[in-house]
Amino acid sequence: MADVIKKATRESYGEALRDLAEEYKELVVLDADLAAATKTGIFKKAYPDRFFDCGIAEANMMGVAAGLAACGKIPFASTFAMFAAGRAFEIVRNSIGYPHLNVKIGATHAGISVGEDGATHQCNEDIALMRTIPGMTIINPSDDIEAKAAVRAALDYVGPVYMRFGRLAVPVINDRPDYRFELGKGVTLRDGNDVTIVATGLMVNEALQAAETLAAEGISARVINIHTIKPLDKDIICKAAKETGLIVTAEEHSIIGGLGSAVAEAVTECCPAKVIKIGVNDEFGHSGPAADLLREFGLSAENIVKTVKDTVSAK
Amino acid sequence: MDNAKKIALQQIACKVRMGVIEGTYNAKSGHPGGSLSISDTLTYLYYSVMNTDPKNPDDPDRDRLVLSKGHTAPALYSVLAQKGFFPEEELKSLRHIGALLQGHPCIHIPGVDMSSGSLGQGISAACGMALAGKIDGKDYKVYAILGDGEIEEGQVWEAAMFAAHKKLDNLVAVVDNNGLQIDGPISEVCSPEPITDKFAAFGWHVITADAHDFDSLEAAFNEAAGVTGKPAVIVQKSVKGKGVSFMENQVGWHGTAPDKEQYDTAMAELNAQLEAIK
Repeated sequence: MADVIKKATRESYGEALRDLAEEYKELVVLDADLAAATKTGIFKKAYPDRFFDCGIAEANMMGVAAGLAACGKIPFASTFAMFAAGRAFEIVRNSIGYPHLNVKIGATHAGISVGEDGATHQCNEDIALMRTIPGMTIINPSDDIEAKAAVRAALDYVGPVYMRFGRLAVPVINDRPDYRFELGKGVTLRDGNDVTIVATGLMVNEALQAAETLAAEGISARVINIHTIKPLDKDIICKAAKETGLIVTAEEHSIIGGLGSAVAEAVTECCPAKVIKIGVNDEFGHSGPAADLLREFGLSAENIVKTVKDTVSAK
Repeated sequence: MDNAKKIALQQIACKVRMGVIEGTYNAKSGHPGGSLSISDTLTYLYYSVMNTDPKNPDDPDRDRLVLSKGHTAPALYSVLAQKGFFPEEELKSLRHIGALLQGHPCIHIPGVDMSSGSLGQGISAACGMALAGKIDGKDYKVYAILGDGEIEEGQVWEAAMFAAHKKLDNLVAVVDNNGLQIDGPISEVCSPEPITDKFAAFGWHVITADAHDFDSLEAAFNEAAGVTGKPAVIVQKSVKGKGVSFMENQVGWHGTAPDKEQYDTAMAELNAQLEAIK
């Protein structure tokens, strides 16, 4: 796999904003003193008049975005997931969610793969927080291609959207001619009938690798990519639950309130089946290289394989 | 200000106050004290300053107002009803299930430019609206009404920094300085004073006014209109509960609705005031 192209989805975010700015005249970008890290600096360089730095003041930035949207602009409020979903939660809820304003939140540096900065900056709770806001759309793309498609989809949709991007360079896995992004639709990347691995974000690639390993060991694993966590594609999940009888979810997020919870909630209503959640357990992260942390916290193909085998053998 | 205009404004403001009492009485809840302290200011803004049209409430070129101290929605609703954005009758179902008028301002109500009520947030939205006006080269103005207790919220100062840095001279904030918040006088709870010095230090043009004197309000808003290169703030000295004798300067009337007897007394007082205006 030496020739695999890797790219961080935050990079894709910055490039997509720049590339779509001509087409979408109302697009403006806000940041909170993190343009170099969130990669909105790429947009700023090309469109300095449409970029507004709000300084280290995320609460105000979200409110400014709300006001811009109320006047017809399409603001992309950009900062780390920790501050977008965490610090500014109540502003996102009351100033953006409640009036259902057309604000796009670009949240980078999500999850444990932030790495060396450690627990204060590793946001494993953002999906859980954003899911509770009525009318909020949540997108967690798996690679560069999907991240760019997500930005366009967010622009075409009218209403608040939370987009989750990563700091770590991840393999490009959606580079195929027939790829298309449909908001709210899961994607079956591999068919299988013993188990379904439902993954999101950088865990989609791990799920594909796990399915490969499992196949060699005689276990047929279906792989579903859920890029839109809300609204959730319940049909694809319930079909998988019915047909494979076992679901394993995989996400770079707390097992409380994220993809795993959303999938479990859906499955209990349509076709009760066992749902095993792989994610960050109920604990904080710590400093270290991203790759080591992902392995340590079980966010790996190896752990998916192990989990599936343990569960299947206990069936 | 000529006398005829002043009389007309005083009459409208008195009716706005009646709407506040009508609304909170029927809701059996709500915030009459702070609503009464900004009734004159809202009346002056909607009748003498702002470019709004009840027949076209979403006009992109209209002036905008964000009631950052959103709990005083009864005053905003009352003035919007007087202007004809919706029937006055709606005030009687304020806060009721299925009603148009929510407990705090909601953007889906005709004439309401922004949902607000969680303190400290409206001023940021007003900054965004003002920025949008700058981006599009429009000449509308944005007004944000804040409480003096509200400015204890840190977000207000994030917004204050932002507005000055971005030179939002199309933004005018009003701080309703009635001196009282829920737990008592602002000077005893966690004082935001000196308010004027703080805004000046943040780079704003600072104006003071008497919130219950239309000449003073006129002078203040005229001065604000002429400010360039920076946002303006009007710190207005007001009386919480203004216009209803037993509510004036009483912290207990921050978030308490009048009962039937109090309603009758308040309406009788306001009716007497209305008749006395000449």
